[in-house]
Parts: sequence; C-alpha cells; structure tokens
Amino acid sequence: MNVMMLLEMAASGFGDRVAFVDAQAGASITYQELYDAAGVAAQTLAASDAERFVMLDVTNLSIPVALFACGWAGVPYVPINYRLTDPEIDALIDRVKPAYLVGDPDRIGRWTGNDGVEVHGRDAFLGPARAGDAPEPAWSMDAEETAALLFTSGTTGTPKAAVLRHKHLVSYILGSVEFMGADEAETSLVCVPPYHVAGIAAVLSSVYSGRRVVQLANFTPETWIDLVRAEKVTTAFVVPTMLHRIVDVLEGESSANVPHLESLSFGGGKMPLPVIERAMELFPDTDFTNAYGLTETSSTVTVLGPDEHRAAAASDDPVVKHRLVSVGVPLPGIEIEIRDDDGNVLGAEEHGEVYVRGEQVSGEYEGRGSLVDENGWFPTRDAGYLDEGGFLFLEGRADDIIVRGGENMSPGEIEDVLIEHEAVFDAAIVGVPDKEWGEAVVGAVVLEPGAETEVEALQAWVKDHMRSSRVPERLEFWNELPYTETGKLLRRIVKGRLADG
Amino acid sequence: MAGLAAGKRLKSTVCNTEIMVIAAPGGEVDLTCGGAPMSADGAGNGGNVAADFAEGTTLGKRYTNEEGNLEVLCVKPGDGSLALGGVALKLKDAKKLPKTD
Repeated sequence: MNVMMLLEMAASGFGDRVAFVDAQAGASITYQELYDAAGVAAQTLAASDAERFVMLDVTNLSIPVALFACGWAGVPYVPINYRLTDPEIDALIDRVKPAYLVGDPDRIGRWTGNDGVEVHGRDAFLGPARAGDAPEPAWSMDAEETAALLFTSGTTGTPKAAVLRHKHLVSYILGSVEFMGADEAETSLVCVPPYHVAGIAAVLSSVYSGRRVVQLANFTPETWIDLVRAEKVTTAFVVPTMLHRIVDVLEGESSANVPHLESLSFGGGKMPLPVIERAMELFPDTDFTNAYGLTETSSTVTVLGPDEHRAAAASDDPVVKHRLVSVGVPLPGIEIEIRDDDGNVLGAEEHGEVYVRGEQVSGEYEGRGSLVDENGWFPTRDAGYLDEGGFLFLEGRADDIIVRGGENMSPGEIEDVLIEHEAVFDAAIVGVPDKEWGEAVVGAVVLEPGAETEVEALQAWVKDHMRSSRVPERLEFWNELPYTETGKLLRRIVKGRLADG
Repeated sequence: MAGLAAGKRLKSTVCNTEIMVIAAPGGEVDLTCGGAPMSADGAGNGGNVAADFAEGTTLGKRYTNEEGNLEVLCVKPGDGSLALGGVALKLKDAKKLPKTD
C-alpha cells in the first residue's frame, strides 16, 4: 500500500480533471499534472541526503505535490505549523533532520535555518517539479513504511510526533471514500492548515473521489463565504471556531445564500449547540456532518451524518434531540468502547474514556512506541459515553475532568450551559487547586458583543440548570479565549491565568 | 499461488488488470484474472483472456468472493475478470457515506 497508488488511480481515471486550485495565487493543477509533478519531485527528494521532508507553508499547490512525492520517494512527510516561533520550529526540526524543507518564502526568509536542513522556497520546489518529465512508477508498496509524521497540537505539553504509516492512511481512504464518487461539478473548499490531520485527509479523500479542491490559505469568514459563492463550492470542512465566526459574520441575514453548498462538515473540537442550530437555519439546503477523529487515528473515526442531524433537530424525544451534539456513530471498520480507569468496558450512558480500534488507527509516536494494546485498542484520552443507540458523546479530554470533593465533572457540560445564556458568546471552565475541595470550579466567559450581565446572574443560571456543585465559584469576563489555529481551546493557558487570579 | 498479504499488488498475466489485496484468507490462494494466475510483475506464460473470464475489471471497484474473506481493489482495469479457485469474484457495493473532509 502507498498513498501514491490513490493518485495513480485518479490520474488514470480522470487525469484531465482539475485537482487543486490555489485561490490566492490563481493557479491550478490537473490530476495528471499532479501525478507527473509528484514523480519529478520524488526524484529530487531521492537524490538528496534528506531522511524527512518538512513542509513549512500555508495551503497551496505544493502541498499535494509534496505529500505524494514523499510517498513515491519513500520519505516521510512532516508538515509543521508555520506560525510557530523560530525556537519552536527548530526544536521540532532537530527531531526530524536531516531534512529537505519547502516553505513559504516570507516565513523561511525570517528563519535563521538549521544545520542538516536543505531549504527551498515554495516556487523553487514547485516550478521544476511541474516542468520535468515524470519517471516510470517505482514506489514501494510496503504498507509499513511511514507516510507522515504529524506533530500533535501540544495543548498539554511538548508536541508528540504521531506516526502515520501508508497502511493507516490508505485504509482510511478505502474505508470511507468511494473512488471517483464525485461528479465533475463537485468542488471542495479546504481551509484547514496542512499540518493538521484534516489537511492531509482532505487531500487524500478529494483525490480518490475526484473532486476539484479550492485551497484557502488564510481563513477569514468573509473570504470563506466569498469563495464558496464565487467557486460554486459544493462541500467544505471547517473547525468549530471557523463556523462560529462564519455564523457571526452572517448575523442579521436570513440565509447564507450559498445555493451550491450541498454539504458542510466540521470537526476538530466541540461545536456549541447555539452555533450549529444557527448554522442549520442559515444553511437550510446544506447537509451537515460532524466528524470526530484524532491525528493518531488518521482523521475521522465517527460521523454524525445529515440524516441524523435532521432527525435530531426535528425530534421531540429528548434522547434523539440531544444527538445534535453527539459525534455520531463509528465509520465501517471502526469500533468504539468506553472504559473506566481500570480498563473495564462500560455500558450505555456510563461515562469513561473513549477507546478506538480499526485498521486506520496508528496510536504510535516516534520514539515512544505504540499506545495500542495487544487487541488493537487505542486509548484516546478523550472522555465520553455512548447512548443506547450507539451514538458517541464527547466530554473533553480525560485529563481535563474536574474532581471536586470526590465528584467527577466535565468542564464541557458546564460550558454548554453557560453558552446557552443569551449574553454569553463563549466559555471555558477549568479546575484549580482548592484546599477544601481538592479542586474548585472556575471559569472565563466571553460576552456577546454589546451584551451585559453579572457573575451572580451566570452563577444563578448554572444553578437553575445543573447540580449546585457545578456552579463556578469564580468567573472572569475576558475579551477572548485562547484557541489554537485549528480551534482547540488551550485549557492549560486558561487554567494558568485563572489559578493566578 | 502463494499466500496473499493485504497491501500486495498483483498484475494479470493476460490483460492490463492490476489489483491490490485488501483482505485475503490465509494459506494458498488460487487467484486468477482472465483465467490465468496473477503475478507480482505480470510475467506469465502469455496467452489470451479465457472466454469464461472476459467480463473485464473496472478501475476503483472492489471485488470479493462469496465467503467475503477475499477482497481486492482494481487499481488498473483490463479485459479479464477475477476468480478465486475458478469461481468468479463479485462486485462489492460501495457504501454511501457522508463526506467528512
């Protein structure tokens, strides 16, 4: 198995179709041109001394070329967040060199460089790759070879390098995407950055299904809406913070006015109920899909599809209605279990840690080995439960669970209640050390623009909706919460600021 | 033919068909295309597609046996059709899944 095989099939099945469009640069590449460029770039990589390929760039045409060239040459692809500081980038590169690095000319121009790294600008990489003649196909089909190393976001500490082998990525695609399932008019808008697993999944699934991909390098809600309209986008993926911002920009409008947008999927974090409800009003003809996955599981493992969204939104049954905030049911080939701290498998409605099993699940970190047990189960460190219909509900990271006076509570359920309050735009709840209770529930709240309320009013609101142990002892009003670029709440920063308060 | 491992790529010796193994039963597997054994490099005794196995293969389609323990993916189409132990493989229906990325 090799991800190159997916592109080979695409090039022979629909080589003349436009594969990727860089919206900012106004450049595009067909599937056959992408295949040829990957072959030429693979020769360059194979001739270098590099053992890894590092991508330090926003999304653009060089991203798919590099990903497939790496598969062809047998060199692991390592995308790194271009927004990191120089010392942070150096610390990651020290772990993967000798490397061949391609990057945004502006970013690498401001970087001092690193011994053992050959640095090339985006155009210096892409230009020759697109000009040369593709060699005969000659990639390894060894499924165990490493396709990509992805640094986890490090919301809790030093980033770990997740190892994704060809067998994981190819299994994910074969299990979830129909070859040439897209018709010619299908256009996907990709705005997740290349270093996110969803960025890799987007490239691979679009190639296998034959979609035209429009790349948006620097997300703003305004450009996203403009591009969806101008490029007649039919399908798009966003992280929750992006959808939140899109919905906000459309405030006061009755519809998003995007007649071509058939499906909108989201994942990568918790979606607040008011945001998804408002989005379903603004995009009445669009199918919504919520996907849950991790870097270590080669992206999506569970899906709440359009039919389930509509059934939940329309239902009077509270159990079914609540599924609007679930992450759905496992993909074919994926199994989910909930276990307690001692590893015992729990039943429906019982809260514990989410375990995942399936061929796309890697669970392996470079230098640390695999977390997958002898039976193939990977502990996600996500807390959650399954309802009686097998729908998965997430309750934040297992490490974020607050233990107050021996009672376990998830910050997410308190945040959900706060966000339902009309004056609240966003909320973060954490536990801070407390002499009496072990941990105390405290939080930060961002108010809707122009809204006013008091801490006491919000505490009373929580008390009206939950057990009194959940009422935050202290709440602060902040202008914004700290998020990663891909929408993950940086809880350790919230905790640090509130613990000092 | 020897045992097959998932991920292995095989070529027809009598047409352009190429497949990748997705799942395979253990032990010896008598997988043919166009009535002739398949091989890693497509080298064989030459010859033509047998009339009984000439339905052809389709790019991107999956084929499986009755028991469901053998599954292959067509990565290059050809004129021959696939069989296990002389029994033609069936086209496997693709499940329609919501787009997630």
